[in-house]
Formats: sequence, structure tokens, C-alpha cells
Amino acid sequence: MSHIAKPAARHPGQPVNKLGFSERDYEGGMSTLCAGCGHDSITAALVKAFFELDIEPHRVAKLSGIGCSSKTPAYFLSASHGFNSVHGRMPSVVTGANAAERSMAYVGVSGDGDSLSIGIGQFAHAVRRNLNMLYIIENNGVYGLTKGQFSASADLGSKPKKGAPNQLSPIDPVNMAISMGASFVARSFSGDKDQLVPLIKAGIRHDGFALIDVISPCVTFNDHDGSTKSYQYTRDNIVETIHTDFVPPRQEITVDFASGEVTSVRLHDGSHMLLKKVDKAYNADDRAAAISYIQHHQAEGRVVTGLLYFDGAEPEFHQVSGTCQEPLRDLPHNELCPGSEALAKLMKGYR
Amino acid sequence: MSGHKVNNFVLKMANVNGTGSASANGLVSKAIFRMGVPMSAKNFFPSNIQGLPTWYEIRISGDGYRARAGQVDVMVAMNAQTYKRDVAEVCSGGYLIYDSTWPWDEQLSRDDVTFIGVPFARMASEAFTGSRIRILMKNVIYAGALAALLDIDMAVIKQLLKDQFGDKQHLIDANHKAIALGYDFAKENFDCPLHCRLESDSKTDGQIVIDGNAAAALGCLYAGATVGAWYPITPSTSLMDAFAGYCNKFRSGDEGNRFMIIQAEDELAAIGMVVGASWNGARAFTPTSGPGISLMSEFIGFAYYTEIPAVLFDIQRVGPSTGMPTRTQQCDILICAYASHGDTQHVCLYPANPEECFEMAADAFDLAERLQTPVFVVSDLDIGMNEWACPEFTWDDARRPDRGEVLDAEQLAAIEKFHRYLDDDNDGIAARSLPGVHPKGAYFTRGSGHNKFGGYTEDADEYQEVLDRLKFKFNEARHRVPAAVESGAHDGEVGIIAYGSSDGAMIEALDRLKEQGLDAAYLRIRGFPFGSEVQKFIDRHEVVFIVEQNRDAQMRTLLMNDLGVRRDDLVPLLHYSGLPIYADFIVQGVLNHLQQRKTA
Ligand SMILES: Cc1ncc(C[n+]2csc(CCOP(=O)(O)OP(=O)(O)O)c2C)c(N)n1
Ligand code: SF4
Ligand SMILES: [Mg+2]
Repeated sequence: MSHIAKPAARHPGQPVNKLGFSERDYEGGMSTLCAGCGHDSITAALVKAFFELDIEPHRVAKLSGIGCSSKTPAYFLSASHGFNSVHGRMPSVVTGANAAERSMAYVGVSGDGDSLSIGIGQFAHAVRRNLNMLYIIENNGVYGLTKGQFSASADLGSKPKKGAPNQLSPIDPVNMAISMGASFVARSFSGDKDQLVPLIKAGIRHDGFALIDVISPCVTFNDHDGSTKSYQYTRDNIVETIHTDFVPPRQEITVDFASGEVTSVRLHDGSHMLLKKVDKAYNADDRAAAISYIQHHQAEGRVVTGLLYFDGAEPEFHQVSGTCQEPLRDLPHNELCPGSEALAKLMKGYR
Repeated sequence: MSGHKVNNFVLKMANVNGTGSASANGLVSKAIFRMGVPMSAKNFFPSNIQGLPTWYEIRISGDGYRARAGQVDVMVAMNAQTYKRDVAEVCSGGYLIYDSTWPWDEQLSRDDVTFIGVPFARMASEAFTGSRIRILMKNVIYAGALAALLDIDMAVIKQLLKDQFGDKQHLIDANHKAIALGYDFAKENFDCPLHCRLESDSKTDGQIVIDGNAAAALGCLYAGATVGAWYPITPSTSLMDAFAGYCNKFRSGDEGNRFMIIQAEDELAAIGMVVGASWNGARAFTPTSGPGISLMSEFIGFAYYTEIPAVLFDIQRVGPSTGMPTRTQQCDILICAYASHGDTQHVCLYPANPEECFEMAADAFDLAERLQTPVFVVSDLDIGMNEWACPEFTWDDARRPDRGEVLDAEQLAAIEKFHRYLDDDNDGIAARSLPGVHPKGAYFTRGSGHNKFGGYTEDADEYQEVLDRLKFKFNEARHRVPAAVESGAHDGEVGIIAYGSSDGAMIEALDRLKEQGLDAAYLRIRGFPFGSEVQKFIDRHEVVFIVEQNRDAQMRTLLMNDLGVRRDDLVPLLHYSGLPIYADFIVQGVLNHLQQRKTA
């Protein structure tokens, strides 16, 4: 069996974006995931977000590790280069790819197993480097692909389909990322496209590391009563803090700032995020307060979502490294090789 | 004294780690080199920052032999902890110079060695103030004494100090003072020069002194490598340090750095970064040592199967496990050739000296991109961290990097559909496309089963078709890696195969064997997979030895596996103490075996 491609039939009436692409042009191969899997909804949100961002698909690279979640790059942006790496190591591949070509957009898709168990080291260090990428964790509390073992994000007391409840404390990527200095940290839910799509758009446009931890139920292994990562549990316990709207560059912002509940944040490319406070008490620019708020709600079994932390001023990977603007891979040989004369001169120093 | 040894002896310094002896020792070896006398210098140091014994051995050889000699003529014993073994190591008729600030233990003395006492510590504390400077200057004082005892050209020493310290006049003055103290003391108290001494020559004209890691770094620079990812590990660290130094010198400016060096969180990440950067069209590399290769294995197999170029430098150290990190061996031959699970095999290059580190580093990028596969430059601590006199490196400005089969935007626009693993021209290599270049170039890189179109597959035939092409491609590499080089006898019965840092000892061993009436042929392997010349060499000789610096004759296994050579057709001579191999080990091994054959 080889790759299944969707029929590329064009519907004349389909809306197109500024580049003349329809949403179809941002789709990928047919998903082979279980029907109802949360991951497929995230795929759909990615398609919509990239379509609305007016990005040329081939200027995006999509990378992943291993897992059901990591399979999804095959299901969106078929006109982009894709990269299914090894389990837990997607961040290092993006780091190298980004080092070589800094002007493209990078989206990494991972799972809770991929990022929080085997790959926790690489995840942490990508955060630390403020690598310019969008990093999505499709978080279902289990290893879907290896048939439902608990992952490190499983909540204390969450019940498996069979056997004893989970007895270990969860590792929360959001708390981790905020405390490690991440510049853009969000949580969302695969069932909340309205929240997710603008977050993806803002995450792509953010100049630095953007994490979106998306609760994404595994219908086959972790969607039953007693699971804290099921559709029902998530819907029942969601607490939205800040709703984000994304406004592309040069588009007029039509919003009433008067109430003080909406703030506008400019991103590097001139686009804006409009942050609407759902909970007036929440501050997305205070690390300690954010962590305390999230943990406080977590203790009560609640899932805090929205853009939870943002700092647009933190220098990203290339800025810190002092790399030239031109992508390294495009530099001509004569700008890299000092030549025979310089070598002869250098040799004198080794006499 | 058996006779005069002019420009032909071994000088060894026994020091304590962390006492700043390196610069005094370097001053002595550089001065000898600048006098036109061939020399090579080796460090024998512990895995420690301060306090443990360390040795610096200078082989002075008018004949140009670069290997460890296996004996010592003049020992500078500056470490009381190791007096006993240092005395024992001096050959009959040799000299031992010690610090006579403290009385010498007569029990350690030998009748056949001349003991020369110089009160280094006392002189240093009388002439200098401050404990750190006294310790440092004690070393410079012995360099001065050596200048008198061995007849080192003072003008050369003065010039070296000037070159080293530039306009820091106070440092030059202090060093001059210390040199003079040692020099004058030796002149007044001993018959200078000794029977072991130096005479100016012109044999190092056109040569430089460099270590293999700096040479390899320079090769990376000249090859146009832009991304280097690494995790520090002895003995490979100095490779990235050197690369950073060259990049800062040649590739930085107002527009920003034309390179990116990433200190990764571990070797798994370092190789992942190299794979990502190479996939995206940059020339990328990682220097490491055995433990790093073990960690990198999963990604190495990934790069092999997905056909992504990668350049790895394995600066081998003693294994297994952490082993002896500051000692040398050739113990990663098999892991480099076959790293990772599944059917994988990798192109390896085996430099023998810094000049080949430079060349092979540059070649490795061409090979990796041409063959779209990981390429290993398999060096070792002896080559990488020791100072070797070698011919000045040259670069051909007409040389252009071979970027391999990469379709550009125009080519992609012109084709109907791009398929990643389709080998149109039957050379085993399928053209690749780089991300972001053209919409038609998009494909999906996956380590899971894929067919020649790049699509996911679990179909037996489709899977095998790709795997068989990879084997075909690997076979094609035989003609592309540097060929083995042959020297010595052409029509003898005895052939010896060696590779990498055994070369120096081999060259010397051939001369020694010839003196004993055995004219042997020598084949030095420089690349894997092996070319037909290796098989021919083995077939042509009645007895074939394989000289290796590991316990298990790993290269023999590789030869058996790759060429189908019979195990008993290769007689292994294995040196795996952690110290570099020396000629006499090979000579004795060869002669003993031949004697046994005769009597058997
Ligand atoms: C080195 C290695 N060990 C184990 C595996 C097996 N494995 C594949 S996916 C997976 C877990 C994936 O879990 P997660 O990232 O949460 O993805 P999900 O399937 O839940 O979306 C494991 C353990 C592997 N592919 N590689
Ligand atoms: S096993 Fe779970 S995670 Fe995997 S595809 Fe099915 S529902 Fe999704
Ligand atoms: Mg999971």
C-alpha cells in the first residue's frame, strides 16, 4: 500500500486566499487514524490556519517524531516538505533545519509520549534555545500507537480502560515551558477550533518558540469514564483564560479596546494578536502568576486554556547566535571558503 | 655512552597535570622544529584537570620518523610521584634531569644513566615572586637548561617567545630571565652539550606543526561547512574549538556569522541537528568519540535509510564504555562501519596524519552529498590531539564542492512530477530536492518503509527494491573513497596491512625489517568499502599481516565481511594498551610469526 492522496478535484466556487490557493491546497493525504481521534481535528485546524495565513505551502516544513500524533504531518500541507524523524527527536532536526534556512516556517507535531518521555530533553532544549518554530503537542495522556500505555502527562488518578489508576504525577509541558523561559505558551483543545486556529496562526507568526499543548483525546484508549483526557472530561472542566484573535498585517483592527479587556500585541511581521480576557484576573506576561494560576486550577482538576504566556521581546535562536540574515545554505562557496592565499598565510602561523 | 645521537633521540618530560608545563614543552619542541630538525610530540595525559602525572614526549628523528620510539634517551623528571617509573624508562646510556632542590634518593639511581640535578624550584623561588608564576617559570627554567644541554639555538627560542607574546614585554622579559637561569646553570655545571644533541638542518622547510583535530576543522572550513553541532567529549573537543576559531577569523563580520555552531544537549541531538541541517541543504558535521557514536546510532541508521548526507568525525579513544578517555585506540572500526539497527553500512575514511585529516574532512562532505549518506572520518586521539610535523596544506581554488544530485527550482519546474527515491540514471543515487525551493519538490522524509516514489509502504517488493538500491549505491562508493596506498616491496611474499595512526610505526618498521633482510610490502587502507586493490594485495602475498590498535582485530572482521577474505589469511598484530603503537612492536610481531611458521 502506498500513500493515499485525496482527489484534487477543484470546486470552482471554493474561496481562495490572497495567493489564489483554496483550502484544499493546504490539505494532505487521507488520515489513517481512528475515526474520531482528536489528532485529526488538529490537522484540520492546521489546514485552516495555513490557508488563512496566505503562506505558500512549500515555504513551510512540517516535522514530527513517532506516534499517532507524529503521523499527522502526512495529512496536511502535501505541498510542503515533511519529515517523520525518530521517536522524541524532532526538536533537534528542526534545530538543524532552522540553522540551515532561517526564513522558512517550521511546524513540529509531537505527542505527549514523544515530547514528555523519550523526548523530554530535546523538547526542553528547543524551548531553551527559543527556536523559531511552532511546536504542537497532541496530548492524549497515553501512547496511542503502542496501544494505550499511560504517558507522562497522564493525570494522577486517571483511570485506564483496564487495570489500576495512574499513580504518578503528570509532567505538564505548559508549566515546564513557562518555567524554562519559553516565549509563547498556549493550551487548547482539539474540540475547540475557534480557539485553536488563531493560536496556530499567532504561533507561526511569533518570532521564537511557540508551544501549543492541545488536549487531543484518544478515542480508542483514553476516552472512557474516569479518564481525565476524554472529550467529556475536557469539555466539563475547561477554563478559558484569554481568547486570542489573529489579525494579519495591514488589516484594520476593528475592536473596542475601551473596556480594557482586549489588548493588542504586535508580532514581528506586523500582524497582531488581539487578546480578549475571559478571566479578568489572568495576566499572560507574568511567569510566576501564570504558573500559580495554572497549578491552582490543575489541583481542582480543571484544564486552563488560551494563550497562557507571551513575551515578544525574547531573542530567538539566530539572534542569539548572531547568524547572518541570508540562509546559511544559500551562501555562495566563495563566502565560505577562504581560498589558497589565506591558507598559505595561515600556514605560516603553524611554523 | 653507546655513541653520539645527533638529531636522533627521544626527549621526554614528566610533569604534574595543571602546572603549566605545556607552554614550556611546546617551546622546546617548536624550537627543535624551527631548527629544521624533524620532530613529533605526543602528550600522555590523565583524565584529570589537576594533580595527576602527565608526560610529553618529543621524538627527534633526522630520518623523519613520526611514531613513538618506544624508548627514552633524555628524561626531564619534574614529578617526584613518578620518579621510579621515569628512571626505569630511560635507555642505557641515557640521561635523567631532576630537580635538585631536594636531595635525590640514591636508591633510585642507575649506573648506566647519567643523573643531572638542577635546583629548578629553588632558582624559580629566588628569581620570581608569587606562587603561580614560580610554578610556571620553573618549567621555563628547564627549557633553558635543555637549550644548553641539547644545543638548542637560542636565537630560535627568542624568536618563538616574541611570536608568542607579541607586545607583552613583561612576559617576554620574565621568560628570557628564566631561560637564561637554566641555560647558565647548565653551562657552568655540566659538559654541554650532551651526547644527545641537536644540529641545525633544513629538513622541516615547507612543513608545519599541527594536530589532526585542527587540521580536520580547517578541512570543514574549506569545504564550506556552515553548521556544526556537538556535545563536548575528549578527544574530539578541540576539533570544534578549532572550527570556532577559524570561523571567527574568516566567517564573521558586520552582516553576521556565516556559520552556526550549536552545543547540543547530547549526542542524540547533535546528530539530529546535523541531519536536519543537511536535509535542508547546509553542509553540516559533528565531531565526537566512541560513546557519542553509540548514542547517535538510531539517527545514523535513519540518515542511511532516508539518504540524508551527514559528516561525522570519530576521534577514537580507548573503550569499551568510558574506557580510558585520554588514551588512544582504533576501537570503533566496526561500530562506524555498521552503526544502527537493521541492514546498514557506512562509508568510512581513515586518515593517518593531520594532512589527511584536512583532505579527508573536505572529501567527506563531497562524498556525503554525492552519495546522500553518512560519512565517517575515523581518526583517533593520537592523530587528533598530538602535534605532528607535516607538509604545509594547500588548496586548489578551482575546487568546487560536489553538492551531489540536487534539483534546483528550474529543474523542478521542468519535470512533470518529482519522486524522491527514483534513480533515473542507474547510478544508485536518486536526485533530492531541498525544502522551500519549489512547490514541485515537496516530498515526505520517513524512516518507515518507503517505496521508490517516497511513499509509505509495507509491500515486500517495494521495500526490497529501495533496500537493494541502497546496497548497489554502497558498492558504487568503492570507487569513490580514497584508494588504499601501497609501498615497500613489489614482489615479496610478506604483505602488511595497516591504517590510520599506525602508519608512522609501519613506515619505520618496514625500514627495520629491511635491515634484517625482510623486504615486505605495505598496504595502507584509507577508505571503506574497500576497493579491488585491497583484495589483490591480499591475494598476491603468501603471508599477510594486519596491524591494528584494538583487541579484536576489527579491521580484519571488516575485511572478512566486505571482501570474503578468510580469517586465517590475515595474521593480526594487535596493540591496544592505549599508548600509540611503535615500530618495534610490529617488527617483533612479524619476525616472531615468520619464525613460528618456519618451525611449524
Ligand atoms: C526508540 C523507540 N522506542 C519505542 C518506540 C515505540 N513507540 C512508537 S510511538 C510510541 C509512543 C507514542 O506516544 P505519543 O507520542 O503520545 O503519541 P500518540 O500515539 O499518543 O499520539 C512508542 C513508545 C519507537 N518508535 N522508538
Ligand atoms: S490509537 Fe488513539 S491516538 Fe492513535 S489514532 Fe487511534 S484514537 Fe488516535
Ligand atoms: Mg499520546
